[in-house]
Amino acid sequence: MTGRVLVGVKRVIDYAVKIRVKPDQSGVVTDGVKHSMNPFCEIAVEEAVKMKEKKLIKEVVAVSCGPQQAQETIRTALAMGADRGIHVEVTGKDYENLGPLQVAKIFAALAKKEEAQLVILGKQAIDDDCNQTGQMTAALLDWPQGTFASEVTMEGDKLKVVREIDGGLETIKINIPAVLTADLRLNTPRYATLPNIMKAKKKKIANMKPADLSVDIVSRLEVLKVEEPPQREAGMKVETVEDLVAKLKEGGTI
Amino acid sequence: MFKIFKRNKYDSVVLHFIMAKLSQLAELPETHQILRQTCRDYADRELSPIAGRLDKEHSYPGKQILDLGAMGVMAIEVPEDLGGAGMDYLAYSVAMEEISRGCATFVFILSLYVSEGKWLKCDSFFTLIVGNGSDAGAASTLAHQEGDEWVLNGTKAWITNSWDASATVVFATTDKKLKHKGISAFLIPMPHPGLSLGKKEDKLGIRASSTANIILEDCRIPLSNMLGPRGAGFKIAMQTLDSGRIGIASQALGIAQASLDCAADYAHKRCAFGSPIGKLQGIQFKLADMAVAIESARLLTWKAASLRDSQKPFTKEAAMAKLAASEAATFCSHQAIQILGGMGYVTDMPAERHYRDARITEIYEGTSEIQRLVIAGQVLKEYQQ
Repeated sequence: MTGRVLVGVKRVIDYAVKIRVKPDQSGVVTDGVKHSMNPFCEIAVEEAVKMKEKKLIKEVVAVSCGPQQAQETIRTALAMGADRGIHVEVTGKDYENLGPLQVAKIFAALAKKEEAQLVILGKQAIDDDCNQTGQMTAALLDWPQGTFASEVTMEGDKLKVVREIDGGLETIKINIPAVLTADLRLNTPRYATLPNIMKAKKKKIANMKPADLSVDIVSRLEVLKVEEPPQREAGMKVETVEDLVAKLKEGGTI
Repeated sequence: MFKIFKRNKYDSVVLHFIMAKLSQLAELPETHQILRQTCRDYADRELSPIAGRLDKEHSYPGKQILDLGAMGVMAIEVPEDLGGAGMDYLAYSVAMEEISRGCATFVFILSLYVSEGKWLKCDSFFTLIVGNGSDAGAASTLAHQEGDEWVLNGTKAWITNSWDASATVVFATTDKKLKHKGISAFLIPMPHPGLSLGKKEDKLGIRASSTANIILEDCRIPLSNMLGPRGAGFKIAMQTLDSGRIGIASQALGIAQASLDCAADYAHKRCAFGSPIGKLQGIQFKLADMAVAIESARLLTWKAASLRDSQKPFTKEAAMAKLAASEAATFCSHQAIQILGGMGYVTDMPAERHYRDARITEIYEGTSEIQRLVIAGQVLKEYQQ
């Protein structure tokens, strides 16, 4: 295959940061908070770059939707080995309301425009945990999907995908073009090497707006409230098993 | 724009430069930020978890050195056409600090810059011997020519990484009468007949790296193994030292930062007198002093690196950076143990390792006392009538 792969990379709050809910309960605090590339997106980029190194595909295009800072995330993908980037600019309230359906529309439009053979996304983002964008993108394009991929092999003009499912592992064969979403065990993302960080400076990032792709990003969802999970309450110690059973019955647990 | 009081012409050159570069020192350029993040991620995931074990076992982190080599960290400022990363000295400093924060042992010699300005291409990891103690001009190792060979005799003490290196650069006296202008530099592959290693020193800190004497007894090397022209050894050593000081300053910063990270984290978690100890002013004053010491040393280090990158004189700034950073490292690691109390004294927490690792930074690559002499020398020169 000498095709092009689109890889989606999302800028999210860094996994190590302690999340704080805004006092007005409209969302979480993002100002001044450390952000980085979604870990599953890193795995997606790594898979795409590995495919390019195996000469299975010709070009890796990293795509991110968001404000100016999304370019940093694209730059990191470039430093990992992506060839060029596309930044779809979405700012302000539009960005706050941007969800999987709108992003899927954008990716579907880009996949057609760029004549991509493959779209690889992370299985979900660690901020909203939606796990929908990949599936929706495949549906909009009417392409087969290999989600929760833990192993991907090219077999002729088809893809063999081993998927992680609740019951274990499922192996499927799908046609190309297709959408894949990366699960944790697909690969171990590489550290950007210094020469690649320098090369990334020279790689191009194209700018565009959703309107340029004729995509309507109006959200059909409205976030009503965001609140912290309930505080974990202290437990209590009991002396005997009988006491334990009695307490559990008392509390209505059993 | 505040009034700049010009004391001498050197000052105004530097001040003009500072104004232009201030934004760079306040915030790193994007590539440097990505580099910093990459090194930090690597250090957090691969180095911190093994640092305690490496220290206990005195074992050399061979695999990690190879990893870092593959990432390009070992040759940051070597030009791209020679296989390096082609980045600048500021990048080197940033990378060193982050790696050192994970494990202080990574005392790198990333490249050798010979006096004519040519890069020496070297596939192997080698160790640099300046080894004369504070009395740098008194190289007692002798080299004389016999036909088409150099013959070296002498002992070099305190050589870092000696047991793990594949080559070494030795400074030896070729013309005793010329004093420090009679010292030359030689490249010796290891192992090599006539070169033997002393016993590994049992050190207080940075135990994952081997330190031993290198003994030269009738060590014969080809004439082409002399680096630079004859008698240029002292100059090469001094130039390397200036740059090396920035590297050591960065290493010390990494240790200091790791100490602060450890102490501040503990201050949040440890409760005494009904709340986390971070609420107590005594602890807060310590944390503040540590943070100021680190940030000031870091800015000095970045400034020295930036000056070097712009090919401006940086001897004074490099010495100031090394002095400030190493004293910050010993100060911060000392305070970190104090904040951790009993927990700081046991190996369960990394504070005691940082304390031991920090101590050497005030000694090698020029003791704090030597740094003060270098700085004073520069200051007096500025005020010369």
